[in-house]
Amino acid sequence: MARDPSVLIFGLDVDDPKAIQGTTRGLLEKYGAERVFGTPLSEDAMTGVAIGLAFGGLRPIHVHIRMDFLMLAMNQLVNIAAKSRYMYGGQVQVPIVVRAMIGKSWGQGAQHSQGLYSFFMNIPGLKVVAPTTPYDAKGCLIHAIRDNDPVIYVEHRILHFQKGPVPEPLYAVAPGKARIAMTGSDVTLVGISYMQLECLRARHYLEAVGISAEVIDPIWLQPLDIDTIANSVRKTGRLCVVDNGWTSCGAGAEIVSAVIEQVQHERAVRVKRLGFAPVTCPPAPTLEDAYYPNGRTIAAAVRDLVTGKANHWLSDERADLREIEFKGPF
Amino acid sequence: MHERFYRSLYRIRRVEEEVARAYPTDKIKSPVHLSIGQEAASVGVCEALGPNDIAFGTYRSHALYLAKGGDLRKMIAELYGKATGCAKGKGGSMHLIDLGAGAMGASAVVGTTIPNAVGYAYAAKLRGSQQVVASFFGDGAVDEGVFHESMNFAALKGVPIIFICENNFYAIHTHQSRRQKLANIAEKARTYGMPAEVIENNDALRVYERVHEAVAQLRAGKPGPFFFECFAYRWKEHVGPGEDYQLGYRMRAEAEPWLDSDPVKTMAARVDKALRARIEAEVEAEIEEAFEFAETSPFPEVTELYTDVVEL
Ligand SMILES: Cc1ncc(C[n+]2csc(CCOP(=O)(O)OP(=O)(O)O)c2C)c(N)n1
Repeated sequence: MARDPSVLIFGLDVDDPKAIQGTTRGLLEKYGAERVFGTPLSEDAMTGVAIGLAFGGLRPIHVHIRMDFLMLAMNQLVNIAAKSRYMYGGQVQVPIVVRAMIGKSWGQGAQHSQGLYSFFMNIPGLKVVAPTTPYDAKGCLIHAIRDNDPVIYVEHRILHFQKGPVPEPLYAVAPGKARIAMTGSDVTLVGISYMQLECLRARHYLEAVGISAEVIDPIWLQPLDIDTIANSVRKTGRLCVVDNGWTSCGAGAEIVSAVIEQVQHERAVRVKRLGFAPVTCPPAPTLEDAYYPNGRTIAAAVRDLVTGKANHWLSDERADLREIEFKGPF
Repeated sequence: MHERFYRSLYRIRRVEEEVARAYPTDKIKSPVHLSIGQEAASVGVCEALGPNDIAFGTYRSHALYLAKGGDLRKMIAELYGKATGCAKGKGGSMHLIDLGAGAMGASAVVGTTIPNAVGYAYAAKLRGSQQVVASFFGDGAVDEGVFHESMNFAALKGVPIIFICENNFYAIHTHQSRRQKLANIAEKARTYGMPAEVIENNDALRVYERVHEAVAQLRAGKPGPFFFECFAYRWKEHVGPGEDYQLGYRMRAEAEPWLDSDPVKTMAARVDKALRARIEAEVEAEIEEAFEFAETSPFPEVTELYTDVVEL
C-alpha cells in the first residue's frame, strides 16, 4: 500500500480491534480511512463496489472472515468479476483480491468450516491461491495485488499461527510453480492449504513403516502447476491428493485428472483422493475427528495405496507431531 | 403472568451465566454468542406467541430457543456436542432447534433465516393454519440485501409474520452508526408497507403487550407483516463468555444505563419475594440437572457422521 496508492483494503471488521487476526493492524493509522475501512454487512453489494473500484482504476482488497460468506457474493464474482475482461473484448480488467478465510472447525459447525475454493476454480477468469507457508502467504498476496485480474486468496485460520522465514523486502510468488516441500520416492502426496501440514505429518508416520513420500504444495490452484506434480508422479507412480474441502468435484479431483491426462501413456498410476467426509461439518468432537483427514489417517490411506492392499494400520499418535491447533471462541 | 415472565427471564440469564462459567473448561466445543442483557425481546415475543407459532432465530438464539419452550437439557447437550443434543451434536450453539416447541432453527450466516421465515409464514397463510411466525435478527442483518428483499416480499404478500429486530447497536465490534447512515430501521421497514415501531426500554412486558396486539390482529385475519425494533444491549463479547470493554470499541460508560435497567431485575421487582425465591431455586435445580445431563451424556458414535445425509 505504501508502494501503490491505488491499493485499498476493506471488508467487515478490517478496522476493528481484532483487525482480522491482526493482519490489518495499523493499516488504518498508516493509510487513512479512505483506503482502509470496515463495511456494512453487505457482501454482495460490496463485491460489486470492489469491481466498480477496479473499473475506476484502483486495486481493492476485499476481506471476508469466513469463506462461507462469499456465497452471498457469487453473482458479482462469477458473472461480473470473472467475465468482464473477456466479454468486453479486453477493454476492461478487474484487479481485485478477495481474501477468504477458511478453517478447521473446532465446533464451528456447518456454515463456518467450509473450504469452497473449488467453486471458483471452476470459473474461467478467476485465479485461486491457497498458500500454506508464511513466505508464500506474503509473496502470493503481493502477486495477487499486482495481478490485473481477480484473485481469490484463500487463507486458513490455523495457518495464521504458523511460523517461518519471511524476507523483509517485497517479493512476489506468482502462479506457475508448485513447491516440492519434501522429496521422496514411493508416493506423491499433494496437500492443499492446511492439509499440507497434515501431509507433512503423514510423511513422518510413513517413514516409520519404510515409505518415502514426496510432499508437494501446489500453492496456486488456478492456474495449477500440473507439470511439477506430474513429474513427481512419473517417478513415484502413485498420487494421493489431500484436499481441505470435499473431494467430489474438488481441487483434488482436478489435480488427479490433470495428472492422469499427462502421464497416462507413459506409466500406470495409482491414485487416491482424500478430503472432508462427504457430509455437512458436525461440531461434536467425535464426529469432527472423523470428518477431517489428519496425519495418521492420511498415512494409513497412503500406505494402502503404496502396498496395493488394505493394511488396517493406524500409527500411534506422536506428540512431537502435534502443532498449534485452533481454539474458540472465534 | 409476571411470575411466568420472571421465570423465563431468570432461567435464560442463569443458563447463559452457567455456559460462560463452564466455557473455559473447553468442554463446550462450539462458539457461543450469549444474549445476556438481551433476554427481554425473546421472552416478550414468545410469551405473546402460542405454542403452535413458529420462531426463526440467529446464531445468538439461546434466549429465543428457551423462551419458545425449547428443551434445556437438549440445548446444553448440544453445546457439549453430545448425542443427546437437540441436533444430536450436529448443529452446535449456532443451530439450536426444537420443532415441538416451534423453535425452527437458526443460521450462522447473518440474514439467512429472514426469507425462510417469510416463506414459512406464506405457507401458513396458504394452508390456513392460523400460525404466526416470528423472525428474529439483529441490526447487522439490516445491512444485507436479503433483509430488504424479504421485507418487500412479505409486505407484498401480506404474510402473517412479525419481524423482531433486536438492535444492540453493534455488529461484532462495529457500531450501527458506522454501517448505516441513519438510525431508522423501523422507518425503513415502514416504507416497505408494514406497521413498524421501536420499543426502547428493554422490558419484556412492554414487548409482550405490543407483540400480543399484533398477534391478535394477525389471527383476526389482518394481513401482515408487523415490525418491531427492540433496543437492547449485549453485556458480553460478541462471541465467547467474557467481557470485552478492554478492546476499546465501546466504553463501559455506554453499558452502565443498560446494566442498571437489567430486564431480569426489572421483572424481579414485579414479583413477590417469596415466590421469586421459589422460582429461583427451581430454576437452579433444573439448570444443574441439565449440565449434569450434558456432562454425562455420550458423544455421538462415529457412524452418526453418515446419518441424516441427503439421500442420493
Ligand atoms: C453474511 C454474513 N456476513 C458476516 C458474518 C460475520 N458476522 C457474524 S455475527 C456478525 C454481526 C451481526 O450483527 P447483528 O445482526 O446486529 O447481530 P448481533 O450479533 O448483534 O446479535 C457478523 C458480521 C456472518 N456471520 N454472516
